[in-house]
Amino acid sequence: MHFDAFDRYHEKESFIHLLDPRVKVVVTIAFIVSNALLPDGAWMAFVFAWLFLLATNVLSQLGILYTFKRSLVALPFALIAITVLFSIPGKPLFTFQLFTWDLTITDMGFLRFVSILIRSWLSVQIALLLVAVTRFPDLIHAFEHLRVPAILTTIIAFLYRYLFVLTDEVFRLLRARESRSAGASGKRSGGGVFWRAKIAGNMAGQLFLRSYERSDRIYNAMLSRGYTGHLYTLNPHEMKSRDYFVTAFAIAIIFIVQIIGRL
Amino acid sequence: MHYSPVPMHIPDNFLSLIVSIICWVISAAIIGLAISKTNKALGEKQIPLMGIMAAFIFAAQMINFPVAGGTSGHLLGGAMAAIVLGPWAGMLVMTAVIAVQGLLFQDGGLVVMGANILNMGLVTAAVGYGLYRSVSTQSNTVKLGVIGVAAWLSVMAGALLTSIELWLSGTTQLQLVIPAMLGVHAVIGLGEALITVSALAFILRTRPDLLGADSESAKASRGWVWVGGLITLAVVLLSPFASADPDGLERVATDMGFINAGQSAPYSIIPDYTLPFLGETAFSTIMAGVIGVFVVGAIIMLIGRGLKAKA
Repeated sequence: MHFDAFDRYHEKESFIHLLDPRVKVVVTIAFIVSNALLPDGAWMAFVFAWLFLLATNVLSQLGILYTFKRSLVALPFALIAITVLFSIPGKPLFTFQLFTWDLTITDMGFLRFVSILIRSWLSVQIALLLVAVTRFPDLIHAFEHLRVPAILTTIIAFLYRYLFVLTDEVFRLLRARESRSAGASGKRSGGGVFWRAKIAGNMAGQLFLRSYERSDRIYNAMLSRGYTGHLYTLNPHEMKSRDYFVTAFAIAIIFIVQIIGRL
Repeated sequence: MHYSPVPMHIPDNFLSLIVSIICWVISAAIIGLAISKTNKALGEKQIPLMGIMAAFIFAAQMINFPVAGGTSGHLLGGAMAAIVLGPWAGMLVMTAVIAVQGLLFQDGGLVVMGANILNMGLVTAAVGYGLYRSVSTQSNTVKLGVIGVAAWLSVMAGALLTSIELWLSGTTQLQLVIPAMLGVHAVIGLGEALITVSALAFILRTRPDLLGADSESAKASRGWVWVGGLITLAVVLLSPFASADPDGLERVATDMGFINAGQSAPYSIIPDYTLPFLGETAFSTIMAGVIGVFVVGAIIMLIGRGLKAKA
């Protein structure tokens, strides 16, 4: 597996790509918080927030619908919110029968349900955009600059660095299981559920031992190269005047969206 | 990318801002404690180890086994991380895993990440480790049995906390979300328990030295037994109470001012429960029965397996 198999970064030289990663993190968080603060049914504000997203997509040279196309990942979770359709008092919009239950969708319930979905959908898009325009190591560095403890960011950096190595290890284990559990096509192979679970557990245990031993080798290799507990980067992150300007501009737009939402 | 999301990662904006912030504060406090404890106990060697272990948990979540009808069981890893690495290091590892899931895969939001870390990383690790420590001097068979129960309960505790957060945010109804979440996670937790037990049985067989070296003192370990025991007790007592008498929990929350704080909407989210379906007591009784059967079945299977392996 290639080292960037998990990477969501899109190599471009756009204006947004060149911004300091801190700017992108701060604006992303501000945008998500702003969505949370918008009242239910603030349609105009939702539209403006989306326009802001589309504009950022265009500026990033990713294509105007880049985030839109990938934004359905959080949709399954909408199931959890479905009960608000029926549970908030309001004018009945629609009544139907599901098995033996009479369900009535109220206008207030519908309003809240759709608002939750739109807010979440907008937030997922900006999070998608963040990792598409920022290299993950730079992102981790931004968090370090933003006072996230170094031990955590270092663990995350290691996770990212070795994830594809251990994923290869998992694929080897899965391939070995496949090749040893022979079964005629169309027929069930392997034993019962508990037996299968035990095999999966053995694989997890095996993976643990291989990872553990690998971490020893990695540590020794790092030590021999002068590791003292700190990771260094070749990208010095410095806030330029452009970065400050963009942050202020984006926050101002988010404020305007808030005002539109409350008109 | 061969990566199966678990239905417990809350996306952004499914929790209200207040609930998200409260969860962040709690998580940050616990993570801060974990950092100072790990820094004290371990040298700089531990950082690469914890990084690789985080990658291990992430990768181990890809190992699945077919259950039935196209569904498959796989690992969350909170209990396992805490048992093999100790509670504090396990919590840091789980925090890193959840952070990467949210940042890189949009599996779980950014502003609600504090809640996700609390539910899936910190609580699962505390339950898993606490129950495990309570039998650390017993035989391997007992240990593995308790590890199974601990892994299952850790998933249930996470699911319960997730439900409560969603309900406090006015995103869902308590009387529905608790049976639904706990029902689904009773099955997911079974997969978790089976994989965790057989993985640890494997490690006990091949490298028992890795599990024996525990840096926790006797006093600290008693503390963990308490924490694990209390959370377990909360899960066991709160779930039936919340499903059978949601008004009770609502009353408590109202008295404490949570309900108003949690809701930004100008109207009351939680009216009297007038949902005409799901006769409260009947449904929760059935759920409790199903869960009970699962637990007892799992325990019997595990103990039987352990005895057979010994013989």
